[in-house]
Amino acid sequence: MCIRVKRLFACLLVLLTGLSQSALADEIERWGVNMTQGVTPVSRDIYGLHMDIFWWCVGIGVVVFGVMFYTMIVHRKSQGAKASNFHESTTLEIIWTVVPFLILIVMAIPATNTLLKIYDTEDADMDIIITGYQWKWKYEYLGEDVSFFSNLSTSRDEIENRVPKGPNYLLEVDEPLIIPVKKKVRFLITAADVIHAWWVPELAVKKDAIPGYVNESWTYVDEPGIYRGQCAELCGKDHGFMPIVVKALPQPEYDAWLVAKREQAAALKALTEKTFTFDELYAQGEKVYGTVCVACHQSGGEGVPGVFPAIKASAIATGGMNGHLDMVVNGSSKNPAMQAYGPQLSEVDIASVVTYQRNAFGNNMGDSIQPIDVLKFKQGQ
Amino acid sequence: MAHGPAKGITRWLYTTNHKDIGTMYLWFSFAMFLLGGVFALVIRAELFEPGLQIVEPEFFNQMTTMHGLVMVFGAVMPAFVGLANWMVPMMIGAPDMALPRMNNWSFWILPFAFAMLASTLFMEGGAPNFGWTFYAPLSTTYAPPSVTFFIFAVHIMGASSIMGAINIIATILNMRAPGMTMMKMPLFVWTWLITAYLLIAVMPVLAGVVTMMLMDIHFGTSFFDAAGGGDPVLFQHVFWFFGHPEVYIMILPAFGVVSQIIPTFARKPLFGYASMVYATSSIAFLSFIVWAHHMFTVGMPVAGELFFMYATMLIAVPTGVKVFNWVTTMFKGSMTFETPMLFSIAFVILFTIGGFSGLMLAIAPADFQYHDTYFVVAHFHYVLVPGAIFSITAAVYYWLPKWCGNMYNEVMGKTHFWMAFIGLNLTFFPMHFVGLAGMPRRIPDYALQFADFNMYASVGAFLFGAAQILFLFNVIATIRGGRKATDEVWENPEGLEWTVPSPAPYHTFSTPPDVK
Amino acid sequence: MSSEGTYYVPEQSKLPIFASLGLFLTVFGAANWLNGDDTGPTILFCGGLVFAFVLWQWFSAVISENIRGMNSAQLKKSYVWGMGWFIFSEVMFFAAFFGALFYVRAFALPWLSGEGAGAATNEILWNGFEASWPLMTTPDMAVNGDAAKVTGPEQSMSYGHVDSLWTWLPFWNTVILMTSSVTVHLAHNGLKDDNRKAFNFWLGLTVALGIIFLVLQVEEYIQAYTKMGLTLDTGIYGTTFFMLTGFHGAHVTLGTFMLLVMFLRSVRKGHFKHDDCFGFEAASWYWHFVDVVWVGLFIFVYILG
Ligand code: HEA
Ligand code: HEA
Ligand code: HEC
Ligand code: CUA
Ligand SMILES: [Cu+2]
Repeated sequence: MCIRVKRLFACLLVLLTGLSQSALADEIERWGVNMTQGVTPVSRDIYGLHMDIFWWCVGIGVVVFGVMFYTMIVHRKSQGAKASNFHESTTLEIIWTVVPFLILIVMAIPATNTLLKIYDTEDADMDIIITGYQWKWKYEYLGEDVSFFSNLSTSRDEIENRVPKGPNYLLEVDEPLIIPVKKKVRFLITAADVIHAWWVPELAVKKDAIPGYVNESWTYVDEPGIYRGQCAELCGKDHGFMPIVVKALPQPEYDAWLVAKREQAAALKALTEKTFTFDELYAQGEKVYGTVCVACHQSGGEGVPGVFPAIKASAIATGGMNGHLDMVVNGSSKNPAMQAYGPQLSEVDIASVVTYQRNAFGNNMGDSIQPIDVLKFKQGQ
Repeated sequence: MAHGPAKGITRWLYTTNHKDIGTMYLWFSFAMFLLGGVFALVIRAELFEPGLQIVEPEFFNQMTTMHGLVMVFGAVMPAFVGLANWMVPMMIGAPDMALPRMNNWSFWILPFAFAMLASTLFMEGGAPNFGWTFYAPLSTTYAPPSVTFFIFAVHIMGASSIMGAINIIATILNMRAPGMTMMKMPLFVWTWLITAYLLIAVMPVLAGVVTMMLMDIHFGTSFFDAAGGGDPVLFQHVFWFFGHPEVYIMILPAFGVVSQIIPTFARKPLFGYASMVYATSSIAFLSFIVWAHHMFTVGMPVAGELFFMYATMLIAVPTGVKVFNWVTTMFKGSMTFETPMLFSIAFVILFTIGGFSGLMLAIAPADFQYHDTYFVVAHFHYVLVPGAIFSITAAVYYWLPKWCGNMYNEVMGKTHFWMAFIGLNLTFFPMHFVGLAGMPRRIPDYALQFADFNMYASVGAFLFGAAQILFLFNVIATIRGGRKATDEVWENPEGLEWTVPSPAPYHTFSTPPDVK
Repeated sequence: MSSEGTYYVPEQSKLPIFASLGLFLTVFGAANWLNGDDTGPTILFCGGLVFAFVLWQWFSAVISENIRGMNSAQLKKSYVWGMGWFIFSEVMFFAAFFGALFYVRAFALPWLSGEGAGAATNEILWNGFEASWPLMTTPDMAVNGDAAKVTGPEQSMSYGHVDSLWTWLPFWNTVILMTSSVTVHLAHNGLKDDNRKAFNFWLGLTVALGIIFLVLQVEEYIQAYTKMGLTLDTGIYGTTFFMLTGFHGAHVTLGTFMLLVMFLRSVRKGHFKHDDCFGFEAASWYWHFVDVVWVGLFIFVYILG
């Protein structure tokens, strides 16, 4: 509590004095009350713009409110003030129309320049396609044959206050987006279902991900580091739970990561051929369910009545294997919220999660399915 | 043979009297304010601490949506219509509104519309959960079934607004007493005339956009579906073509109210009457060409981005004229600080702060960082709560003695003011900070660095809510008794409404007064 | 009269609240119906009945007040303002749909086909799609072929696709509607001369033309649905075509009905005089408005379609 009070005073101080910029800048930074300067040329430009406008507004505010307080203190009836009767002055009206107009022009010029810079997506060194899904992001490295999903990795226990929250609570993912530093990286942003927005404050990139259209944006990161952001457009239930983590690496490390990533993908493919035990499948399925499906079908498989059906005792999850596979691989034809997971999850993951759903939550079907059968199912269509 | 009001409940159900209808509008809007406020308190309670404590994310989104909808369409708009009903005829020397039966119809649509909207909370799949801006396709393909009820509720409340606006225009243009020329009309009347034009121009567009949604949902059209050649962004263009003028619909009458009150308590005529009228008209005109400043991040071509940025910035000029005029009206006056004046002064200061943050949002490149964060939430609550809500409150304190013949309790009024003033700043000022620091809006849970300020905000919200209870108490006590008010109520106030007795008789100006 | 002044302020009235009730039941029933609830149609029907009955009473009341001489010149002016601004609100309603059409043609489709800012959109999502108007091949079809869920129409209604102007239905509809605007004006002229016969004749003719227009439009829709594969769900062309012409048709229906009522009032009750005919004038303004909208439709939906 004590620290909170201190912070409050610090903020008030910042507000009230608001004069010596540099001396207070550190304080402001420390309390997290201002926009980040970020790590890209554009983000610094924007920060500069933001501060310029802010100080203009403070200045105008000081004048306007200053006059107000002066008159409220001096011209009060209880002080014996007699009202004068003036109520018109063309000169004054012209002055206070023209002066703000000029101030606006002064603001508009740098704003225009920065905007043009932001819109210049030409000559990128590399392209990444970013697709928003309810409620995760997919990253596709164009021309590199690498793509993966990025899910929230904060545990339900933390969210539901059963264990203490970690330092990056809600701002951590299972697989961050990796980019090289000092390269112009172009983002091609779109969505698979509803509108999302991809936002990382330190890159000063915020762009809506619109289903059926591709928006362009770019960044150029100076320093290696981890930069965190969130989805910034209401996209349904778990809009608050689809963070973005960008890890900027020096070029050699980035290249190494790319190679490793490709190998990992190949290894995953090879696993499709392997035969798993029931327990292996069940354990892996629990993991997949916990990251992907839990958002809608809930941790106990009970769903959200009227919105997302239960898996517990569900007709499909306790019915024929093919029907179940069909629902997971191809999605629902009635409700687009139940996406086609075929293209999103590996055969191993699909086999595991289906096995899990058929046996968890008291479904106890006792059967299981192997990745290779999932592959056959997919190819058989 | 002027009649008094009828007896019993039918007085209210069947009335054609502008004062009765005004009263009903005001009570209805206050009820909606409490309802919307309760939704806000659910939001603030959940956001008191990080983690999910009280509600599920699904329900949280319903609260956000219903809070926005109820406050905008249920609290603020009807309150201003109520004030217009009471005051416009009295201010221009008219016997009543131009079309009294339609007037009552406009009102009675609202309880039905909001009952239908509120009933969605109990439907399967829950209430609308896609924000008060209901962007497609979240509000179409991905919406809960209750969206259909929401659409029809919007249709009929839109019809109510259009009829109300037509009535106000007809009254102002056709019913002025002899000698009441346009440029003699009180500013409240002027601002309402312009607001009514805005309403007629944009409510049908809102009806259009919800109709498109309805068709996409139930009849397979492709307005907002790229697969068929449509575009989700089309929704946003049509919505904001309505939506931006809508926010001025919520502030122009407020400008009018404040322009009535400040001269009274400064004991000095309003400075720059004519320029106030021109400024209001300019704001109304500009409001039609700035809508896409809500969409800087959707990926518009850069030319569009620039146009909407410049046009939006321009609005600061006429709005500034108004602010400077109010300040100059006070200058060298002989001021006293009764409750309506306190609320009006707070209005000028806090609305200006909200306007400043609006101007910052208008800077397109900077908006990439502000958009959809709590900075925006802070901006619009500063223009809406100390803007619209404070001006309505000020208007109620200012005219209540005229309406019911009794003076309100000044001590309670001032207590209300200070509680509200402190509560409000405690609630909404920290939102600037968390917004700049990166907290998105419309989220039920947040990262740890935002925790402190959210806690302040939640405490402030409850304080602000408690202040409203005091207000309710004060108003009821005043209606039921209290010191008798004089006909003038205040010291030499300007305007026809102060020439009739307090309380104002059921029918005023059956024969038009002569205005010099 | 409840006031001694010149302006008639009606007494208490039951009409508004029952009108609200009727309106509410109508939309509540419609929503239930659309959501697949069995009670929907019944509620809708009852609501519509209440609403229609109340409106009937309402207009009767206004007419009888006028006949009893309660309406001062000033009050009549209120009605004039009211009708004028109501029509303006209708204009804005259509503006929303015309705006959608322009947006789709000027921005959305070019972007989808890769023009301007849409290069990546076309390349990544809708490769092979080309913008055209009328849009026969939807983006979905361009990418997914036969598996497409949103398919385009087989034929369009636009002028570019017909053999001859003389067999082109929309052309005749235009002729009919333009003529009806003239006839309604002639009716007005007749009324100004207090020539009852001319008034009835021209007004009756206008109503007839309105009905013929509607019959032809129904025929056009039947053609579209049965022969041309053009329906509401055939992509954005079907969408804009049916929404614009459909709402226009609904307004023609209302306008025809209004004129029909005026006609019956004149024929059966001898209502309207050269200086007292606001009901008729309001209906005729509405008719002109509907006509102007049609001209917009004819140009932007049919000719430039
Ligand atoms: C009453 C309601 C109201 C009012 C009056 C305003 C007024 C303004 N608003 Fe605001 N706005 C909203 C309600 C309102 N707004 C709402 C509800 C939203 C969010 C909707 C949603 O997404 O849910 C929003 C969002 C919003 C955005 C989108 C933000 C985003 O989503 O990213 C923008 C961007 O430009 C904006 C700008 C402005 C501007 C420039 C003004 C101007 O009119 C302000 C002008 C006033 C001043 C500038 C102060 C006084 C002037 C002077 C003292 C003169 C001198 C000053 C200078 C030269 C600086 N508003
Ligand atoms: C005129 C409009 C208006 C008004 C008056 C308010 C008033 C308030 N709003 Fe408003 N708000 C909006 C319009 C408005 N809001 C809009 C348009 C949105 C955007 C929605 C969207 O994103 O779609 C929004 C969103 C919004 C959010 C963001 C939600 C999110 O992004 O998830 C928050 C969060 O704190 C909030 C809080 C409040 C609070 C605390 C008040 C307070 O001022 C309310 C005070 C009133 C009361 C508290 C009720 C009175 C008291 C009682 C009923 C008695 C019981 C209480 C006690 C005894 C304490 N609002
Ligand atoms: C975005 C929300 C969402 C997510 C995430 C989701 N589902 Fe679903 N799921 C749905 C909806 C909605 C339905 C209902 C579909 C219908 O009615 O046709 C559904 C239905 C199902 C059903 C059929 C249940 C029944 O009996 O009706 C199964 C099985 C299923 N999902 C499995 C999964 C699996 C496996 C995953 C994760 C890999 C998953 N779901 C993730 C929303 C979701
Ligand atoms: Cu995705 Cu919000
Ligand atoms: Cu706006």
